This record gives sequence, structure tokens and C-alpha cells, in this order.
Amino acid sequence: MKQGTINFIFKTADDSFIFGHRNSEWTGLGPFIEEDIAFASMAQDKIGHAWVLYKMLNEHAGLDDAEKLAFYRDINDFRCAHLLELPNGEYDFSLVRHFLFDEAEFLRYDLLLNSSFAPLAHMAKKFKGELKYHTMHAESFLIQLGQGNADSNTRMQKALEAAFPYALGLFESYEGENEVIADAVFPGEEILKNKWLERIAPIIEQANLKMPDLSTQPVFGGRQKQHTEHFAPMMHEMREVSSTDPNATW
Amino acid sequence: MLLERVNEVLSTIYDPEIPALSVIDLGMITAVVPNGDDSVVVHMIPTYAACPATSFIQKMIKEQLQEKLTDVHCEVVVDTDIHWNTNRISELGKQRLKEAGIAPPPKVTSEVDREMLLGIPCPRCGGVNTFLQIPFGYTLCRAIHFCKDCNQSFEQFKPVAND
Repeated sequence: MKQGTINFIFKTADDSFIFGHRNSEWTGLGPFIEEDIAFASMAQDKIGHAWVLYKMLNEHAGLDDAEKLAFYRDINDFRCAHLLELPNGEYDFSLVRHFLFDEAEFLRYDLLLNSSFAPLAHMAKKFKGELKYHTMHAESFLIQLGQGNADSNTRMQKALEAAFPYALGLFESYEGENEVIADAVFPGEEILKNKWLERIAPIIEQANLKMPDLSTQPVFGGRQKQHTEHFAPMMHEMREVSSTDPNATW
Repeated sequence: MLLERVNEVLSTIYDPEIPALSVIDLGMITAVVPNGDDSVVVHMIPTYAACPATSFIQKMIKEQLQEKLTDVHCEVVVDTDIHWNTNRISELGKQRLKEAGIAPPPKVTSEVDREMLLGIPCPRCGGVNTFLQIPFGYTLCRAIHFCKDCNQSFEQFKPVAND
């Protein structure tokens, strides 16, 4: 497997893994019980998707097994976008982040259906079917709260403005992207970004929200393995059990 | 003969998360391949990519087959070529879901959309005056709906497509 493809799979897996963990932090804290369940279920799906992708790196690129890549890899080697490592904040921010990310995820796997790398094309089908429920969940609450009252609309708009520069950072280029595009493994982040903008605009409008300024400077760095101050403490927490007892089984 | 014996055992192995359904009802078995009279390989697929029960079910199938067919060597492998979707659930499986109080999934012909989750018949009273409360439930495969006829929420085995 070429290095560009490895990088592509790593960043996609890291996004799912880290966001899965953030979603799981809503367990027991959701604004109502169904939201608790929703975020916990989505966390399970995300971590499952990361597991499948890490396994792909193990089977096709001869890297460590999935568990090791997730729990023992040097944290300076993670390539998740900053959007996903930010703390959950208030429910409005978590919801908007979930909307912005999952719409991009859904489209990413839609494009991957035609990937020249067969294992990715194969998994994309399955992931897409599952992600459909994530976007459905995000859209239904974004629209309900955006259309709700002045307070909920203001909060959603504020969250959207705050999350947007980070969401643009999802499409940051990474080492080897040209090769990935040339080999038809993935058509490229720029194409994904344009499809994403086309897809989210009418939903944002339906929610009575305003599309943030598209000339906003994106927050880049994640794909270059640079992270926010929130990343290391989160990884420390995630690895507390495995670092205490590396041979623990559960 | 061997095939029938294996299928008979498989139809008594239930999903730990939905005990009303066997692995056959759920469509988790993709092939049963006998080798002579005393050896068989069972091919299975997980429902969700993140289904935590996959390796547990794999182990359970092997143990049950080994216990009930003492004269047969059994292997259980996870099939990576075929994706599970809810159309794989048998008619009997759908009936059993309903009896367990879980609305069965409608047939999926293309992508799942929100329309498909509206007006799902209530498994309790049969009313269609229902709405989707949340597309997630107590396990990955379920959604929660509310029935305005009997004023109670109910679960649905939600439709999942894979292309």
C-alpha cells in the first residue's frame, strides 16, 4: 500500500476514533435520555468504523493490530482534525459539530464507493448505510432547534459560527494526497469540501440559520499531526486503563 | 442430512441483544459448507460494523454445534465479502420481532430516508398514527417511535441499507 493511502486511512480512522470518544462523553449527561442513547450509539458506530480502518492498515499495510494503533501509538502521530478533539462544550456546539462532521463523513464514504482500493470501496457501502442515521439525527435536531425560538436559534447560530472554521479544517490536505488522487483511491479533499458545502447549505437554510462566511480562515494543523491543548489530556484519559495494565482483557 | 442437522442447531442460537431472533432469522448465516459427513464450515456476517456481539456469537455458534453434533468437526468463519442489511431478516424473523413488541423493518430498495421511518405500524395496537422519536435505541439496531393511538413509545428494528 502506498504511503499516501496509508495517510488517508490513518486520518479518516483517527477522526472516527477521537470523535467516537467525544460522543461517548455525553453518556449520562445528555439533555434528555434519548439524546444520551443517541450519542452513545453514535460513539459505538464511530469507534467500530475506526476499528475496521485500523484493521485495514494492519491487514494490507502490515502495521500493528488495531488495538495497538488506537491505544499504544505515539500521540504525536495522530492526524485527526481539530474539530473533533475540541471538548464537547454545550449541547448546541456538540450538535452542530456532529452535523458538520457527519454530513462530510457520509459524502466521504459516498465518494469512496468508487475507490480503486477495493477494501475501502467495500467498507464504504456498509459505513454509508450506518452513517445515514447519524446525519438523520443531526439534521432533525438542527432543524428543530434552529426553527425553535429566538434563544435556540441564536445559540445554534453562535455554535455554527464557532464550529465552522474548524469544520473547514477537515478538508486540509495531507502528505501524499496528490498520489491518492492520481491513483483514484479518493478524488480529493477539495472535491469533498465542495460537495459538502452544496449539501449543508439548504439544510442550514431550512433551519432558519445563516451560512457562515465562506472566506473564514480554516483551522488547519490536524493532518500535519499538530493538535490543540485539549488533545493530550483526552488521550491520557482514553489510555488510562491500557497504560495501567497493557495486558488487560475485557 | 448434515446440512439439516446444522441448520436445526443454528435455528436455536439466538442473538444476545434480540433473543426473539435466531442467527438464521436475522440473516447472519451466509453459507453452511459441509466437507464429507463429519466436517462443516459455517460462514457468518456481523450486523453492524461495530456490533460488539460478533465474536461472542461466533464463539456461541461453534460451542453449540460442537455440543449438539459431537460427531462433526465445526468451524465458524466471519465472511468479509457480504454485507448484512435488514432485507436479510426472514419473514418468520419479522413475525417474531412483532411478537416481541419490536416493529419489523420495512423492505429497503435503495437508500434509507426519513419517509421510511414515518407511520410505522405500532406493534402493540397496530395503529399507524406514529412518529419517530429518535433514530437510535437501546441497541445499535433499534430506533424509538411513539404511538399516538395507544400513547406509548415502542421500538423498531430500523431498516439498514448497504448500497
